[in-house]
Amino acid sequence: MSLAENVRAPGNEGEVPFSQRGPAPIETVASFGFWLFLLSDVVMFSGLFAAYSVLADRTAGGPDGLRLFDRSYVLLETACLLFSSFTCGLCTLAIERRSVAATYFWALITFILGAAFLGLELSEFLRMIGEGASPTRSAFLSAFFTLVGTHGLHVTLGLVWLMAMMAQVATLGFLPIVVRRLFCFTLFWHALDIVWIGVFTIVYLGARW
Amino acid sequence: MLGKLNWDAIPFDQPIPFAASLVVLVVLGAVAAFTFWKGWWPYLWREWVTSVDHKRLGVMYALLALVMLVRGFIDALMMRSQQALAAGGAQGYLPPEHYDQIFSAHGTIMIFFVGMPFVIGLMNFVVPLQLGVRDVAFPVLNSVSFWLTASGALLVNVSLFVGEFAHTGWLVYPPLSEIAYSPGVGVDYYLWALQISGAGSLMTGINFTTTILKLRAPGMGYSRMPIFCWTALSSNLLIVAAFPILTATFAMLLLDRYLGFHFFTNDGGGNPMMYVNLIWAWGHPEVYILVLPAFGVFSEVIATFSSKPLFGYRSMAAATLGICMLSFMVWLHHFFTMGAGADVNAFFGVMTMIIAVPTGVKVFNWLFTLYGGRVRFAPPLLWTLGFMCTFVIGGMTGVLLAIPPADFVLHNSLFLVAHFHNVIIGGVLFGAFAGYMYWFPKAFGFTLHEGLGKATFWCWLVGFYLAFMPLYALGLMGATRRMQHYAETEWRPMMLVAMAGALVILAGIALLVLQLFVSIRDRAKRRDTTGDPWNGRTLEWSIPSPPPPWNFSVLPQVQGVDAYWNMKQAGQLAARQAPYETIHVPRNSAVGVALAFFTSIGGFALVWHIWWLAIVCFVGLLVAALSHGWIIDREMAISPEQLAALDRERST
Amino acid sequence: MQSIWQSGVLDPQGPIGAAERLILINATVIMLAVIVPVIVLTLGFAWWFRAGNTKARYLPDWEYSGPIELVVWSIPALVVMFLAGIAWIATHDLDPPKPLASPVRPLEIQVVSLDWKWLFIYPEQGIASVNRLPVPTGTPLHFSITSASVMNSFFVPQLGSQIYAMGGMTTRLVLQADNSGTFVGRSVQFSGAGFSDMRFDVVALPPAAFEDWVRQTRSAGGTLDAATYAGLVKPSIAVPPATFGAVMPKLFEAAIHHTVR
Repeated sequence: MSLAENVRAPGNEGEVPFSQRGPAPIETVASFGFWLFLLSDVVMFSGLFAAYSVLADRTAGGPDGLRLFDRSYVLLETACLLFSSFTCGLCTLAIERRSVAATYFWALITFILGAAFLGLELSEFLRMIGEGASPTRSAFLSAFFTLVGTHGLHVTLGLVWLMAMMAQVATLGFLPIVVRRLFCFTLFWHALDIVWIGVFTIVYLGARW
Repeated sequence: MLGKLNWDAIPFDQPIPFAASLVVLVVLGAVAAFTFWKGWWPYLWREWVTSVDHKRLGVMYALLALVMLVRGFIDALMMRSQQALAAGGAQGYLPPEHYDQIFSAHGTIMIFFVGMPFVIGLMNFVVPLQLGVRDVAFPVLNSVSFWLTASGALLVNVSLFVGEFAHTGWLVYPPLSEIAYSPGVGVDYYLWALQISGAGSLMTGINFTTTILKLRAPGMGYSRMPIFCWTALSSNLLIVAAFPILTATFAMLLLDRYLGFHFFTNDGGGNPMMYVNLIWAWGHPEVYILVLPAFGVFSEVIATFSSKPLFGYRSMAAATLGICMLSFMVWLHHFFTMGAGADVNAFFGVMTMIIAVPTGVKVFNWLFTLYGGRVRFAPPLLWTLGFMCTFVIGGMTGVLLAIPPADFVLHNSLFLVAHFHNVIIGGVLFGAFAGYMYWFPKAFGFTLHEGLGKATFWCWLVGFYLAFMPLYALGLMGATRRMQHYAETEWRPMMLVAMAGALVILAGIALLVLQLFVSIRDRAKRRDTTGDPWNGRTLEWSIPSPPPPWNFSVLPQVQGVDAYWNMKQAGQLAARQAPYETIHVPRNSAVGVALAFFTSIGGFALVWHIWWLAIVCFVGLLVAALSHGWIIDREMAISPEQLAALDRERST
Repeated sequence: MQSIWQSGVLDPQGPIGAAERLILINATVIMLAVIVPVIVLTLGFAWWFRAGNTKARYLPDWEYSGPIELVVWSIPALVVMFLAGIAWIATHDLDPPKPLASPVRPLEIQVVSLDWKWLFIYPEQGIASVNRLPVPTGTPLHFSITSASVMNSFFVPQLGSQIYAMGGMTTRLVLQADNSGTFVGRSVQFSGAGFSDMRFDVVALPPAAFEDWVRQTRSAGGTLDAATYAGLVKPSIAVPPATFGAVMPKLFEAAIHHTVR
């Protein structure tokens, strides 16, 4: 590939500093770029976390987290998402082995767990809205729904991406470009896990049970 | 069916926007018809619209910036003339409903659709060439970035003839920008346009950071990178770190406006002060995103036109990174008067002053680059000298405003307006013009008319001082910004001088355009066959002008900073013809323009609450993105024989 | 033509403004001492080392000098340290709510920014005024400021500091007028269509004359009650000055939270 020609400098290759070895290979370039994207996404979430922290006590006379959050529900959601990260890891191993069947299998489990997470979250939202705790009720609720909802949107987009990737595996096989994208997907999925841990800690545990 | 859209949206009863819209539509229509009739559409589609070549994208960004400069400048002329007229009891010719939109559009356009595209355009064109590589890390993403920026610009301009623009100032502070106080579509146009172009900017940040850190010619370690690449790296790191904050903040305001959320409303527990903090946490890094590459341009120009290496290269790189990091620690200086208390205000004031240290170091290093040089007064150097004299004044007033008690009497006055125009025009715009005139011969293979270049410089310099020095004085006299009229007739003489300055700048813009026309007309005579019209020092001057699509037929071996200068000194030019290997160049892609098509219509639909159309466009975006995913034949091979033949052709 | 030294930030009529003017002038002079030589040197070096000047030395490889680097980092660092010290101290001394050391009893004034006029309530005197702010000279003025709508900024250039007026909260500012006279005040945070007309006059009167004004206002009548306030809240532009001889209790406290009933 033109951009990834790894031209070695003349002379003793072992002594050439890493920064002087010429353009990096496409795998490095693609994953580095994706890491940068993930970092930028973390910054965006930081903005939402900051807003949540500032607005956490602005309940406008309405319900607060202590009253609204259901501990066991959140535990179940968290279990689904964390376990889906585990199965995503197993999927990664399957991809490395280039085993199509195992890839589909673990991708399907990951998808189901991710969808379960979303389903639980959606029903939690609907329950809260049914109790009058809608995002338009107070600044606290606006911030809650936006922060948790944005994470949920990312999970949704992740599931769409996963489906697209399985379609790519089915139609194109394990081309290098497909494998790179699968790797990026797994990075994304694990990053969502990390963000969820932040949400779990600051939002749900932060409500001080 | 059509949401809030109806015939009332078109300003039939408002002569100025109506006439302006007609003019724009007629001009666009004429250009479209002319190019179609000439049969240029297939060429334009193939060579420009679907190009993923960083050089082509750079040119398109610069063209977008120049066109929007004219649009934003017309807003400025209207503001200056209104303020020259509306003294004492007079009301001028622009009622507040218009004037408020004009100053809001002026700021929005100048920052987002002139400053950003100009600077990003220069980085696009130059960075891969200076790094000695063939393109950026993600060429298709690069094309998407450009087209999303263009989509945002389109939306902002559509607001001129369908609906209205924001009446709130260029940062749309709530509660004024909330639905209760801005029920119209103006703020929505602003928010959607900037969410779209902001996504494009973020992609640029990721693209160029990756390129600079991971794709450099062999031998080019970090301390051998041209200084422009250091400033480009810092600028793009800032983009990656700052633009997501903008996205999050605008998303929150959109949720408030569309779904009745309470992030920043007066009721429901909302907190407008939080908006101010968030938006400036983006806003301050933004101005460094703009000015750091301009500093890089000046460094390159001053070294080239002094025929000397840049003085204190390492210190310049360190100062650049220092400015990059510090720019995240000063945001509160934009609202000292919001009442944060003495400790907080003092902390941010001191941090702001600390940024003046690395900036001052840069000025001194430029000074010592001139010392002992053989200085040639080509237009790029004139812009640089103009910058050095002008920017330091702006920096001084900036440090002044960084002292909270001083800011307490000058915040939001015309003194503030003078300060930021001082640094943005003197810094960013002069840098953009210097870069444009410096790299134009490389991009197009012929030089720009030098006399007209000098003339436009002098008009801009004199015009700037005439237009903005009075504003410093007016600020001290107690004049506030954004006033549609004022009672104090004693301010009027200064306003008239400022208006005269604006007219001199107008002459400067006219000369800039004239320079371009004349140079294109005379391009055969002005052709540069050497590829190195300025006796340059960095790698972009080592290849033909304009460069082949793949830039370097063989990647250069770099042994020091100012790589091309070293090659010239060592007589190594012939050594370029190392053994050729097959290379690959990326194929064109229509995904950028396709995504922009859907974001433009979708953005418009969201503004006017045409929900079904918005959903259709969202689906279109998904389809376009997914289809792109199945295009796996992304590159074209160029054989060694082809490379050798083309090199031979170009060197004769 | 009005000079910049008359009527404005450089013509303060009270101690806060005077202190701030001093800072402005001192800081400017200090920085000019750096930037004027820089500008002169820039033009000087560029001219002396022009390509056509055979008398100038050409140093094609001179790109680093340790001593110069030291000086080049030190000058801005020292100037900034000095100014930072001034800034730290001055910021604490001139913190907007900081009371003035004065034997005179302060006057409490409550300020509400409305679309697009200013309401001034004198809670201890039980009167109110729209778009006109009489005050006694030589007396610390303790402002409590809020907004009935969007953000504004309360600013009297000749008296000193401004501070934002924001709904749902109170900002506090202390100013003093030492000399009699009429000083312009305005909003300096853009707040909408009538923004340019949010101008008010601060009328600084000798204390005895101020007391006269208070008595006259009380007897002139007019009550600022919930209904009248509701009328003020409605958007209006270029409102002529008006006064109220009586004000409903706790009006300001309710105005902060937009709950005047």
